[in-house]
Amino acid sequence: MHGLVALLGPAKVLGTHDDLLLYEYDGAVDTATPDAVVLPESTADVSALARFCHEHAVPIVPRGAGTGLSGGAIPVEGGVVVSFARMARILEIDVPNLRAVVQPGVINLHLSTAVAPHGLYFVPDPSSQKACTLGGNVAENSGGPHTLAYGVTTNHVTGIEIVLSDGTVVRLGGKAAEDEGYDLVGTFVGSEGTLGLVTEITVKLTPLPEDKRTLMAAFPTMDEASETVSAIIAAGIVPSAIEMMDQLAAQAVEAAVHAGYPLDAGGILLVEVDGPRDGLDEARARIEAICRQHAASEVRVATSALERERLWAGRKGAFAAMGRLSPDYYVQDGVIPRTRLPDILRLVKDAGARHRLRVANVFHAGDGNLHPLILFDSRLGPDELERAKAAGLEILTACVEAGGSITGEHGVGMEKNCYMPLQFQSSDLAAMRRVKDALDPPGLMNPGKIFPTPSRCREFAFASTTR
Amino acid sequence: MTGPIPMPYPNADAPAQDLIAACVHCGFCLPTCPTFAVLGVEMDSPRGRIHLMKTVWDHRLGADSPGLEDHISKCLDCRACETACPSGVEYGKLVEGARSQIVTARPRSPLERLVRVGAFDWLLPHRRILGAFAVFSIAAKRLGMGTLLRATRLGLARRMADLLDLLPDRATSDPLVAAPAKGQRRGRVAMLEGCVMGSVFGATNAATARVLARNGVEVVATPGQTCCGALHAHAGERERARELARRNIAAFERSAVDAVIVNAAGCGAAMKEYGWLLKDDPEWSARPSVFAAKVRDATEYLGDLGVTERPGTLRGRVTWDDPCHLLHGQKIRAQPRALLAAIPGLDIVPLEEADWCCGSAGTYNVTQPDLARSILERKVANIVRSGADTVVTANPGCLMQIQSGLRHSGSNVRVVHLLDLLDEAYRAH
Repeated sequence: MHGLVALLGPAKVLGTHDDLLLYEYDGAVDTATPDAVVLPESTADVSALARFCHEHAVPIVPRGAGTGLSGGAIPVEGGVVVSFARMARILEIDVPNLRAVVQPGVINLHLSTAVAPHGLYFVPDPSSQKACTLGGNVAENSGGPHTLAYGVTTNHVTGIEIVLSDGTVVRLGGKAAEDEGYDLVGTFVGSEGTLGLVTEITVKLTPLPEDKRTLMAAFPTMDEASETVSAIIAAGIVPSAIEMMDQLAAQAVEAAVHAGYPLDAGGILLVEVDGPRDGLDEARARIEAICRQHAASEVRVATSALERERLWAGRKGAFAAMGRLSPDYYVQDGVIPRTRLPDILRLVKDAGARHRLRVANVFHAGDGNLHPLILFDSRLGPDELERAKAAGLEILTACVEAGGSITGEHGVGMEKNCYMPLQFQSSDLAAMRRVKDALDPPGLMNPGKIFPTPSRCREFAFASTTR
Repeated sequence: MTGPIPMPYPNADAPAQDLIAACVHCGFCLPTCPTFAVLGVEMDSPRGRIHLMKTVWDHRLGADSPGLEDHISKCLDCRACETACPSGVEYGKLVEGARSQIVTARPRSPLERLVRVGAFDWLLPHRRILGAFAVFSIAAKRLGMGTLLRATRLGLARRMADLLDLLPDRATSDPLVAAPAKGQRRGRVAMLEGCVMGSVFGATNAATARVLARNGVEVVATPGQTCCGALHAHAGERERARELARRNIAAFERSAVDAVIVNAAGCGAAMKEYGWLLKDDPEWSARPSVFAAKVRDATEYLGDLGVTERPGTLRGRVTWDDPCHLLHGQKIRAQPRALLAAIPGLDIVPLEEADWCCGSAGTYNVTQPDLARSILERKVANIVRSGADTVVTANPGCLMQIQSGLRHSGSNVRVVHLLDLLDEAYRAH
């Protein structure tokens, strides 16, 4: 602590008991208090900090806005939390080359707002985009509703500056679309802070679509809504987003935004098509017809930008609105083949019932990326979270068995690292481990994440041959 | 056997656990919080402050801990986080609850006790004394007392100088006179005269009554009313706030009106929450809530009612700045904009971050001078960038704060209350 203050000055270091308590949580359920918090203002600060931690064998845990949903920013093994809140400048907007260079603390939506006057935007749009940072997006390889058509963060990052655990500053990639040698940019995106600290990011900017059509369709049950999703894709239409929510989620969402989400529908779809204006109305009409064929009781097309914004505000604020239903929630992020939606959703419901917990669903149906929100009340005792986690594990196991994965976009973090053997053979994990060891030999970068740890994962003795 | 764990907070005004439980720590509030924007630390974000309140309930932090007091004091209570929160967390109630506990839990210095008694018991509730104090202070300011105070290089004196700086060059304390409705009567209302409004912005009160009357609303006098208690509640003085609330409720109940009109956004927000303030007072039971349901901001009431008489033409480029306790505290957004648009001839330009606090926030200038300055500079820069020659708002604190910020930056943009501007337009006929 004293060493850190001597190194960086008192304004960049937090160390009192009261202050440290405030860095023990993120957007999810796990907590752990750091030994110190550092607020760097430059790459040089980060490098000096890494050298210091390397010398003293202290773990380093990066933190963006703390909106993460897998405990990525939680210092589970203690050490220093590095908050990038003060490295939040857009360094360059290169309009002709469709690139921006940013610091990791820039808020996702702020970048899109800043480049909007040039007719551009940054595509990945996680639901927390009003608050989450681009550094966090890179760490988690974040997605969002529009990944269906446009891909996830890794498809929109062309260069990064990294501080390795010994303090070395490495610049990978750049503004060019392709780079020779190993795709290390791709390796770092989604590495959850376990390989190094991202201090600068070069991202792709994309021209805003000429126009959009946004439909909200209400169905009697989740089954019809699920079948509609497959039917839309089967018809050869590629919407930019297909989102689904169930009745319970719609209740919370409607109370928050008053966007006109029907409260009596069993399942609701939000479908968007965008691109050149020609052909959009035809796509909209075809989607509308498919919804009606699948017993949609109501199909509403947003008639104004405001109405569209409202509908999206509802969808994007859905997790954040869960406080209206329950003091706590545990969200899963499993991915399944789209065609399995109806039976896996039934299984999700059963898992909740078995553990006596309500489950709300609001998710990226087009990608088959589920988000069951398991509602619990931690004030009733530790048993509540345990039951929520047990239900979550059953759901993830089913996802893997259905040919899917345990996480689509939230990251593994400390929340699902014990479940990695569900999906990977020990030899797969060992290969990943060798990459980690090569880039972070002392293992100080965000320890306790992604890989199963003996101390915390003892009770999960999965046969790692599930696949 | 051990006894029950003692309650971690001193009394029943503690930040309610049910309200805290609505927070799912998603972080959506962070980018909307002015103090987080300046300081960038979790402790000075709404989510962090709620977590601090929670850790006290969990017996992990004392209600008298310096960290709690520091970060809760730095909160502007602007409530922008409430607008941002999808879970509907009632942050204003939480932070005022926390402040009341801090005031009780930590011993105050004799000087601070004296300042609190002076401001909260003597000045604010007594219009005559406050009026005389305002006249005296403005005279002192015009005689250059600010420079003199600053020259002493004493912290306290400098803060006094900052306060003087806020005062307008002229105070008006015109008493509010009852005004009969013009034309067909569409409503009968009482008006809160207010402490600062009554003793510094008396002309705005008179203008409000004239504009209402002109639109068919009869304004009746309400003797016995007093300061609304908002500043007391913001400062954690809930018992003092309750005394004032009871006096106001009793006074306004006697005047049997359709609505109680308030032209200071901070006061209106506080009066709409009298039910919450007096929730633990069984003797008053439903009376505070019944009263609170009648409270309307002047812009809300007139905007909903619609103007019957078209205002006269004014010239100029104007912009609207939302008072936090109007937009975030009372969720009033459309009506003042509609009223401004109803004045012919104005060129209305948008203001970036109109929904951000100006840094006034009650006594924030005095308690957090550095933060207040950063936040005010941001507001002033946005106003200058808008290109407007007049900025319109609807709260005395904002009027004084923005005026002082503009004056310091050398700008001659005018700051005016919306009701004054409307009155001006009607007189321009």
